[in-house]
Amino acid sequence: MMDELDRQIITATQSGLPLVKEPYAVIARDLGIETKTVKLRLQAMLDNNQIRRIGAVPNHYKLGYKANAMSVWNVPDDKIGELGELLGALPFVSHCYERPRFLPEWPYNLFAMLHGKSREEVSEKVAQIVDLLGEHCAGYELLYSKQILKKTGLRLKEKD
Amino acid sequence: MPMDEIDRRIINTLQGSFPISDRPYREVAQKIGITEDNLLQRLECLLKNKILTRFGPMYDIQKLGGSFSLCAVRVPPDRFEEITRIVNEFPEVAHNYERDHEFNMWFVLATESAEQIAQTNQAIEEKTGLKVYNMPKLQEFFVGLHFQA
Repeated sequence: MMDELDRQIITATQSGLPLVKEPYAVIARDLGIETKTVKLRLQAMLDNNQIRRIGAVPNHYKLGYKANAMSVWNVPDDKIGELGELLGALPFVSHCYERPRFLPEWPYNLFAMLHGKSREEVSEKVAQIVDLLGEHCAGYELLYSKQILKKTGLRLKEKD
Repeated sequence: MPMDEIDRRIINTLQGSFPISDRPYREVAQKIGITEDNLLQRLECLLKNKILTRFGPMYDIQKLGGSFSLCAVRVPPDRFEEITRIVNEFPEVAHNYERDHEFNMWFVLATESAEQIAQTNQAIEEKTGLKVYNMPKLQEFFVGLHFQA
């Protein structure tokens, strides 16, 4: 999937792109390869969705999104595909996944991240989801985030 | 320093895509209507002030042959600091959040192989004495959201 050159490029860029006028040339020089190669490899990884996108990740707290909840839902396994698609299509849901239950302490199998500027705003969104799921919702909880403890993203180890 | 209109435009523009070209910052700066130097300075500032947490390629480790998993731990409140330190020391831990719940610690592991997810969780269990609930995604319905700055 990823050869040695891709790996070197990933390692060189995983903490960020250089903030210089010719960032790809700087990466190429550091790796001792041609700029053209870096650009082609990055483009190929973008085309294969190995790179989701190149861009900025905002700290949503600092943008005023102070209420961030992981909403977790207990829905029937045989309906999860359909219900997951419904939730995922809502404009205020940033991530939506099916995950395993751990019974009895964790009955929830559908996860949707909700973001709002206040808890009231998030509560309104939750009410919309409750409506949408109707009889298929056997329970839910909101886990508000209190603190980012770490946020570094992917880190491949450098090979010796 | 508070964000101004140009900062907001930079943040909103850079949540889309970024060119792979010889002078990508110049292209973006032109779109925003500022100079390349100004864009670079402001980006540096936004990163330093942690308004942006990062800027660069977002790799999908699963498509690269690696693994991701969301893991939860019920940490006794009086051990929270200690457990945070232990968990965060693992380079495999990409994000870690405190949440308002009995399951109060939620972290994401990103590793190069599926086996490393289990190995890392086992190591965390041994070091903390706490059970790690491994909740990898079984299906993805949607990922992506644009935060309007």
